[in-house]
Amino acid sequence: MDNLIKGWEVVIGLEVHAQISTKSKLFSSSPTNFGSDPNTQVSFYDAAMPGMLPVLNENAIDQAIKSGFGINGKINKISRFDRKNYFYPDLPSGYQISQLYYPIITDGYLEIELKDGSKKIINIERIHIEQDAGKSIHDLSPDFSYVDLNRSGVPLMEIVSKPDMSSSYEAMQYVKKLRTILRYIETSDCNMERGNLRVDANISIRKPGEGFGNRVEIKNINSIKFLGQALDYETERQIIAKESGEEIIQETRLFDSNAGETRSMRSKEDAADYRYFPDPDLKPVILSDERIEKLMATMPELPDSKKERFIKEYEISESDANVLIEDKKIADCFEKIVASSKFSASESAKLIANWMIGEFFALLNKEGKDIEEVEFPVEYIAELVDLIIDKTISGKIAKTVFAEMAETGKSPASLVKELGLVQIQDESVIKSVIEKVLSDNSKQVEQYKSGKTQLFGFFVGQSMKALHGKGNPEMVNNILKELLI
Amino acid sequence: MKKFLTISEVRKGLKNKEFSSLELMNYYIERIESYSELNAYVTLDKEKALEAAKKADEKISKGEEKLLSGVPIAVKDLFCTKGIRTTACSKILSEFVPEYESTVTQNLLNNGAVFIGKTNMDEFAMGSANITSYFGPCYLPFRKKSNSDMKLVPGGSSGGSATAVASDLCVAATGSDTGGSIRQPAAFSGLVGIKPTYGLCSRWGMVAFASSLDQAGPLTKTVEDAAIMLCAMAGYDDKDSTSENVTIPDYASFLGQSIRGMKIGIAKEYIEGLNQENLDLFEKAKNWLVSAGCELIDISLKTTPYALPAYYIIAPAEASSNLTRYDGVRYSRRAEHYNDINELYINSRSEGFGEEVKRRILTGTYVLSAGYYDAYYTKALKIQKMIKEDFKNNAFSKVDLILTLTTPNTAFGIEESAKMTPVEMYLNDIFTVNANIAGLPAMSIPAGLSNDGLPMGVQLIGNRFGEVNIFKAAKIIEESADFEKLRKDILTIY
Repeated sequence: MDNLIKGWEVVIGLEVHAQISTKSKLFSSSPTNFGSDPNTQVSFYDAAMPGMLPVLNENAIDQAIKSGFGINGKINKISRFDRKNYFYPDLPSGYQISQLYYPIITDGYLEIELKDGSKKIINIERIHIEQDAGKSIHDLSPDFSYVDLNRSGVPLMEIVSKPDMSSSYEAMQYVKKLRTILRYIETSDCNMERGNLRVDANISIRKPGEGFGNRVEIKNINSIKFLGQALDYETERQIIAKESGEEIIQETRLFDSNAGETRSMRSKEDAADYRYFPDPDLKPVILSDERIEKLMATMPELPDSKKERFIKEYEISESDANVLIEDKKIADCFEKIVASSKFSASESAKLIANWMIGEFFALLNKEGKDIEEVEFPVEYIAELVDLIIDKTISGKIAKTVFAEMAETGKSPASLVKELGLVQIQDESVIKSVIEKVLSDNSKQVEQYKSGKTQLFGFFVGQSMKALHGKGNPEMVNNILKELLI
Repeated sequence: MKKFLTISEVRKGLKNKEFSSLELMNYYIERIESYSELNAYVTLDKEKALEAAKKADEKISKGEEKLLSGVPIAVKDLFCTKGIRTTACSKILSEFVPEYESTVTQNLLNNGAVFIGKTNMDEFAMGSANITSYFGPCYLPFRKKSNSDMKLVPGGSSGGSATAVASDLCVAATGSDTGGSIRQPAAFSGLVGIKPTYGLCSRWGMVAFASSLDQAGPLTKTVEDAAIMLCAMAGYDDKDSTSENVTIPDYASFLGQSIRGMKIGIAKEYIEGLNQENLDLFEKAKNWLVSAGCELIDISLKTTPYALPAYYIIAPAEASSNLTRYDGVRYSRRAEHYNDINELYINSRSEGFGEEVKRRILTGTYVLSAGYYDAYYTKALKIQKMIKEDFKNNAFSKVDLILTLTTPNTAFGIEESAKMTPVEMYLNDIFTVNANIAGLPAMSIPAGLSNDGLPMGVQLIGNRFGEVNIFKAAKIIEESADFEKLRKDILTIY
């Protein structure tokens, strides 16, 4: 066991709640728009008025099935909805419709990459579909709480892993991977700031070879960073407790991101009895082979196979491939740029990858923009790289062109022309300029010839300066070598 | 105005301008006020009702001839009616005015019906005597010959609807039936009441009691009226996921057709322990059907005794969940005094629900709780499956209909009912509940009078969507029993 922390083995399982991307709610036709005024996206059903009944949004089912493909899961042809009963002001019906007994997806898995580059399989027990609750707002008045039902009935997938993770890093990698996949297949936008992805983490520790320790559930973690912090804190807390002879109490805790610690919320003794039973208002969900196959056909290439293909097809490094495939929009953009280069992929792809990960991402970062918000056509990156490959400009000049392009939105070719940045490739021109540089620096030439070869860089610099940076670097090098013999 | 008009008589009268819908409405409203001590209605918006009748008259004068054009109908207070208070006869909903119309009542409106008001019922449809209503009990308009002072119950839960029809305070009424709530009051009140196949009438907008068992249906004076009403009420509704997408036949068009050769099942489990006057009536009913050319076939439905226990697990389980929404937070009545959210829940629900509703919520909560779920709820669902199989394999593989009595007894006294234990009260459903558990259609038809002069009903249970067979045979029973004649012998208080 190479993953021990102070001699303890950490056991982590995650329940990820991801909002399913649909236009309307799970059992009503109310829209799921984010950020609307309170209680404006609420139907009679969402408010649990007497006699109102649920009608299943079939699109949510399709999305769950696609998510099932995404995690290599088994699509269950019969699943069923159950009621989970509890009182809460933001739960108008007094029960949440979920799938306890017969979830739609079971037995999936994901592969995550560990720090040393090795892979680990994280098994996924199930994905079930359920409704979100509304929102209680306690800070608007000293005397009252308010309820916003806009979220009430929004469709969620609860993705439940096996307790297969043994560090906060693995847990974070798992959520990242899951997020990438769900975004790829567009079944959830996993926007954590909007609460579209929330994590409940179950964590326990044990000595290797022992049975599972009492587990603690940390509820409602809303960022990957906080997930890491919460698990690290909890690992430490449990180790200290155990090593001082205390028992871990099975309980639910909350992570306070300001204090960076978890706090007890309720113990197992206080755990509610949810009295799950099949919802009599809904028939079982029965899926035809035809429907499943149809959805299978709409599945996009998933991140793992895309990565493999990128490495093979574009001959880029694994680390570059990792960066490019993380977001499908970026991966698609990369392929679009490569396709628009006039050179073959094997000539241009590597360079394009460098330019995307380097200059392009730096630009997006600096301006806080999404890839779709860039003000120049992304094909310009191919044009720029083409200019480098055909030696019209040097890599260094290209950086100037890129900056200018980002600023003005003009094409690299027109900028090179406009700014007179075309690389000097005429050997005789370069040679005459270098000859002048050498004669102006005769002292250094003497030193070089007497063995101070590190001065070569100085001559390159001076020559390029004299060429206003436009000399073909390779030619400058070769001519210098030739003349300095 | 002629008393006790049926739908077809009203339609004829309106068409021939013998009376207007408005006159009819006035007639019923006057009667309702005269007999207010019956407590049949809990909400009566006279102006609205008269306005609706006036509009109906205008439409009729323009030639509108819908199934129920201008026909005054009473609505059980379980159906949400837009702009008209809907309480399910519970204190907790006593201030609730829906902003929507239930599908069943909308269907009636679309067919031209005009609503008189909302009828009394057991709170949340939980009861067999209409004594659990927040608005007080509703009374049967009849009395025993032997004791004309004794106030009797109309049965429940659709007691108000039954009394409204039986005392001629409306032409016909809607009811709902979860374990017998249409058929038992129909039997007590000398009316026709049908609970259709589960899924035939939409449950959208009907206050839920036990979702998997609740079905709407009519209470009427005649079999023909029941056929017209059900035809108007039923139909597929995409707002109810358990609604069945089937074509609704014109049931009335089958009435009077021969039932020669129809096979009628006589299940011994429904006869054991019947008293003599029940047995006598049952013999008569058998003979009427034989005279009409039916073949009687002895069958055995061994699961019969298990239906009631299963029902009293499944129905409270669903109810305990369905009634969670009445929490004092939104539209349901909130307690005046509370210090925090838990007290708000506890006080609102403690004050808002009556004893029987609380009993069923507790029973339902208990049978669904961890550790008891399998012993009760899972087992009840298994029994339900067995009962369905039993009907399929041992009845409807051999027969078209099953003939039984509707109830083991006639209407009982209010005071008597107060002394009954819950289980004694639950036994009222012993013959009716099986059809709910199995989702089958069943009708109670008035067939005779007891020695004490009270109405008695027989029940026909059909196969799924077997309503047409039920109507055909019911018409024969109605004619043979000649209940219209017997009705004159009942000691009425109006």
